[in-house]
Amino acid sequence: MKIQNDTHMRHVISLVLENEAGALSRVSGLFSARGYNIESLTVAPTEDASLSRMTIVTSGSDDIVEQITKQLNKLVEVVKVVDLSESAHVERELMLVKVRATGKEREEMKRMADIFRGRIIDVTDTTYVIELTGTQAKLDSFVGAIDAGLILETVRSGICGVGRGDRVLKV
Amino acid sequence: MLLTGAEIVIRCLQEEKVDYLFGYPGGSVLYIYDELFKQDKVRHVLVRHEQAAIHAADGYARSTDKVGVALVTSGPGATNAVTGIATAYCDSIPLVVISGQVPSAAIGQDAFQEVDTVGITRPCVKHNFLIRDVRDIASTIKKAFYLARTGRPGPVLVDIPKDITAQKCAFEYPQTVSMRSYNPVVKGHQGQIKKALQLLLEAKRPMIYAGGGVVLGDASEKLTALVRKLGFPCTNTLMGLGGYPATDRQFVGMLGMHGNYEANMGMHYCDVLLAVGARFDDRVIGSPAHFASEPRKIIHIDIDPSSISKRVKVDVPIVGDVGEVLGEMLAMLDSVPERTDQDSLAVWWKQIDEWRRRDCLKFNQGEELIKPQYVVQKLWEVTGGDAFVTSDVGQHQMWAAQYYKFDKPRRWINSGGLGTMGFGLPAAMGVQLAHPRSQVACVTGEASIQMNIQELATCKQFRLPIKVVMLNNRYLGMVRQWQEIFHGNRYSESYMDSLPDFSRLAEAYGHVGIRVDKPGDVEGALREAFSRKSDLVFLDFQVDQTENVYPMVQGGKGLTDMILSAEDL
Repeated sequence: MKIQNDTHMRHVISLVLENEAGALSRVSGLFSARGYNIESLTVAPTEDASLSRMTIVTSGSDDIVEQITKQLNKLVEVVKVVDLSESAHVERELMLVKVRATGKEREEMKRMADIFRGRIIDVTDTTYVIELTGTQAKLDSFVGAIDAGLILETVRSGICGVGRGDRVLKV
Repeated sequence: MLLTGAEIVIRCLQEEKVDYLFGYPGGSVLYIYDELFKQDKVRHVLVRHEQAAIHAADGYARSTDKVGVALVTSGPGATNAVTGIATAYCDSIPLVVISGQVPSAAIGQDAFQEVDTVGITRPCVKHNFLIRDVRDIASTIKKAFYLARTGRPGPVLVDIPKDITAQKCAFEYPQTVSMRSYNPVVKGHQGQIKKALQLLLEAKRPMIYAGGGVVLGDASEKLTALVRKLGFPCTNTLMGLGGYPATDRQFVGMLGMHGNYEANMGMHYCDVLLAVGARFDDRVIGSPAHFASEPRKIIHIDIDPSSISKRVKVDVPIVGDVGEVLGEMLAMLDSVPERTDQDSLAVWWKQIDEWRRRDCLKFNQGEELIKPQYVVQKLWEVTGGDAFVTSDVGQHQMWAAQYYKFDKPRRWINSGGLGTMGFGLPAAMGVQLAHPRSQVACVTGEASIQMNIQELATCKQFRLPIKVVMLNNRYLGMVRQWQEIFHGNRYSESYMDSLPDFSRLAEAYGHVGIRVDKPGDVEGALREAFSRKSDLVFLDFQVDQTENVYPMVQGGKGLTDMILSAEDL
């Protein structure tokens, strides 16, 4: 049924907001107060230090996502809001995975990192830290592909997204 | 010349032409109070509880087209203000609230009277600021007033640490504000307005549904002109009362949970609905699913895009100031030859008049017990329909809304969205200060009035001749009504025991108190009260304890599922 699919529709919302104390909590407070989902949220200043760029991954029916973008626009510190998933865009997430790397698994882990175009950025006698960048799906499949018992820690950044081609979100 | 932060605060208020500042002093705002003391342009009204300061500023704002201003101290001063701020937020009332904060260096140290005021108020303000530099005070206060009054209005809070009010800098009040992140739309989209007008002209069963946006946008003249020109029926929400003259034939009354039969039926069965500055909230349309069960085209004018298609799908959205859009619509209507089909309109009016004949607001005033509706009806007569009426929350609020026929906007002052008991008396103080020579009545109940009854002292100090019209039924009436209907007559904690003798209590505060027990004495008591031009008169009407508010749509039910009287139960 369509409605069922709608409720699980994933959206990537990108916003430019004033880089001011409290702006992040206004955004996150809006999501919790109105019961909207946040799957991930990333934020950092842009090349113009007075502005921050935020990428929020959320899900909901079309009506809910419409409300989310309207409510975000209503926040006084929010300058621009775009639903990136409405058209072509790219998204990337960074993951750092610390794995146990001993014995024959040490070589296997190196091979897996190579296959997924990851980089080993920290090495000890018994562990690797693997850096991996890609879509959420790619990171998920890497985590699925290695032996779960060998994972010591995973740290994911949440995704950053940007529209393809001439589509520019700028103030 | 260098000014202290406190001097700058007061200078900013003077620049904004603030005549009344409602507040309560405390440690963190002492420098500001010291500066207040040294000038006489901004008059300070000392309330007895910070909640009342905000409600009074709110009543002042609602009854004028100005921004209400309040000043409170840090910690408990700010937390006491929160209910008032949330009340204003829910009804989109423009306020600027200045709160003191502990000194900058003490923030985060769990200092005496420290709370995270900006954090606590964040979800119930349009915007708030914590000032960190004395040089930001003037520009921030300028922004606060601008944000409060433009776009969809709302309360804006400015939190100022104590040390900053003592530091010095040069003062210059900015003439203009520009914020790249805040540009409210004013003018409506021409194409959409044209489309809307086309729909209205093709309608066979039209309805105009106008809310608080019409009052706040000072658009009631334009609304009235449009409704009359089109010849359509018009209903107002609780917040919109007075937006269209209630004594006009085209007015079908308030709609919603306690709305008129003809208004609710018309709203449900119309084929084209024009919603103006209203938001289809749960107390207005009941169940959205039931409302959607009848096909109709909906045009929605609102300044806030997020109010559009929030609960009800809209066919023609128009984002803009309601006054501007209605003005455009009127001009366009004059320029086109088409008119609505008069035959269909006559059939529709015939249907509406048939609904109207149910006379859903009828009640029987007997010899023994005073009916609360009768008191409000008499209040309307005695005041010539021209008073400012504030109310608290509950049954008396609904009776005031149903039986006082407001012909002008900004006369009906109540907490519609948040439903704050204790709002009425302090709000009436703000109204009376803004309109010193007008009749101001506070319709209240014996439960609500006790939530801010300490303000009788403020009324005495500032000689506010408010008439308190208390409908005393010795119950939390609306709670009792729901318990009667939905909880098998189990009146859990809704009986008001140990009530004071209110007329003597009023006298203890230095006012006039009158207790009324007989229906025959109602009108005389009201006349007596309103003839005392310089006294606050507290009228304690002992009313029928069993009276319920009808019509009634039960929560979550459809608009047409109305209980019209006790016989329907």
